[in-house]
Amino acid sequence: MARSHIIGGVVAALVVAGAAAAVALVWRPAITAIDPPPPQSFEPALVKRGRELAALGNCNDCHTVRGGKNFAGGLPVPTPFGAIFSTNITPDPETGIGRWPEEAFRRAMRTGVDREGRHLYPTFPYDHFTNVTGEDDRALYAYLMTREPIVAAARPNELRFPFDQRFVVAGWKLLFLRRDTYHPDPTKSAEWNRGAYLVEGLAHCGACHTPRNALGAERAQAAFSGGEADDWNAYAINTKSPAPVAWNADALEFYLRNGWHPDHGTARGPMAEVVSNLAAVPASDVHAIAVYMADVFGAPATPRSREAVVAQAKSGAAREADPQGAAIYTATCAACHESGRQPPYGGINLALSSALSAPDPRNLVNIVLAGVRPVAGERSPIMPGFGASMGDQQIASLVNYLRSRFTREPVWRDLETVIQDARRTQTAYLRTSAGPTSAPADAMQKDKP
Amino acid sequence: MTTLKVNGQEHQIAAEGDTPLLYVLRDELKLNAAKFGCGLGQCGACTVIVDGKAVLSCVTPLLLVEGKQVTTLEGLGTVQAPAPIQRAFMEEQAAQCGYCIAGMMMRAQALLQRNSKPTDAEIRGELALHLCRCGTHTRILRAVRRAAHLMDTAELSPANQESVR
Repeated sequence: MARSHIIGGVVAALVVAGAAAAVALVWRPAITAIDPPPPQSFEPALVKRGRELAALGNCNDCHTVRGGKNFAGGLPVPTPFGAIFSTNITPDPETGIGRWPEEAFRRAMRTGVDREGRHLYPTFPYDHFTNVTGEDDRALYAYLMTREPIVAAARPNELRFPFDQRFVVAGWKLLFLRRDTYHPDPTKSAEWNRGAYLVEGLAHCGACHTPRNALGAERAQAAFSGGEADDWNAYAINTKSPAPVAWNADALEFYLRNGWHPDHGTARGPMAEVVSNLAAVPASDVHAIAVYMADVFGAPATPRSREAVVAQAKSGAAREADPQGAAIYTATCAACHESGRQPPYGGINLALSSALSAPDPRNLVNIVLAGVRPVAGERSPIMPGFGASMGDQQIASLVNYLRSRFTREPVWRDLETVIQDARRTQTAYLRTSAGPTSAPADAMQKDKP
Repeated sequence: MTTLKVNGQEHQIAAEGDTPLLYVLRDELKLNAAKFGCGLGQCGACTVIVDGKAVLSCVTPLLLVEGKQVTTLEGLGTVQAPAPIQRAFMEEQAAQCGYCIAGMMMRAQALLQRNSKPTDAEIRGELALHLCRCGTHTRILRAVRRAAHLMDTAELSPANQESVR
């Protein structure tokens, strides 16, 4: 009797303690709403700094729908758990962050909790933003709070159970969110440290370039070994890089600043937006990122020059193996890609292309299908898409030929499936259109050329 | 020899497989509606329809279209019996110099064949690739909307149904 009472008491105490622990883990208080601060209340210099930081953080890329208003949200981010829609981060008081005090903004950046106390999904990369300094958060807040307020209610996420329950995110954070993962390294230069701070923090390069585990968290042991971004392969940017000519700090800086490099080709897909933003930030920050990332890439065991890489392309055997692919290449691609002209009138020699030597064929297929659209007001690279003029079999034949002629890598498997998937994921782009607050027809597809 | 089906007719073409479709259409078949604009697939003046899709014929070699159905503006209608898209462009006076118009019409036609009620945003998105130096864009947009209406309310002539399939 007494014994069972004791056991009952212990169980009850455990339940209460467990419930308290669960509440402590999940529950976050709301932060009191404020009246939207007038734009004049922010220092212009702080707003300007915030604009540069927002460009470094690539905020507009996820928080803006193509053709829509800046920062008004509504873009679907495809995840294995369903689609998550970005939110409105303009200072609209009802549908944006107009009533958020700076403290709430900083909490969201550091711990992924919104003003009302709800856990935010880690598609908002607070696992990186947690490294951003309070000073930089202040500038970002000043910049966002002085943007044009846009009325655009958040679209409900399309997540499967149990991922649609926000308390699940609290458990995710317990497992994967580490505060202060970035520490300055006093043995390295100031610019290396600045680059590390940006790359690991606001620029959140690993969010795409690091593979994720089954629960969608970056695998820290595999940092920068290649990941996913909206149906594109984000290349490995460490020692596993597929680039035929090794990257170095100078090449990285030029590429990140200009969107292309003669030894590597053109940034496209989701990376196009990144370099477009980096064209508008202080040169010293791009330089710092390049210095740090060159260290992450590491020096190649056997460095090869551009000339050596181009000379290695072995046309004879590949042509015999796939005469149809060879004929398509010669008739369709070579006039630009073997012209030796600079962009936009010539394409890169394909022996230099990471898309051909990477383990994943999607980027090459995406680019053959959709091409590269010109950017308004810039002398940008261009390429027409061939999705309408080439059938799946013709594209597969071409891609096989390119792989065997220009690389020493094994043939890609299941190419026809990859091509069909790529056509499907690009229908949103080809059909275009979505009004300012809506998203592409297929919510899983983000439409980037 | 390459067998090429254009506007419902088969042709035997002697040109090499790497010859751009545009050159075959204009120089060999004397179908001059499709225009040479930039030669880089960036202006849209050379657009024709291949198996229902708008294709830039200046960057499409002959070997890619063997066995496929090619439709040019000449295949849509005649002076006596213009197709709805042609009527609509005339009625809206959408052409100024007219150089871009054949390409505009072909892409609009391909759009309307798969989507008979496009929104303005869809029309704009579709035609965004096409350059018009005269600036008649608003008339072109009106013409595409008018064509959508005509196609919705009028029957295509049997000959046209064959060629635009």
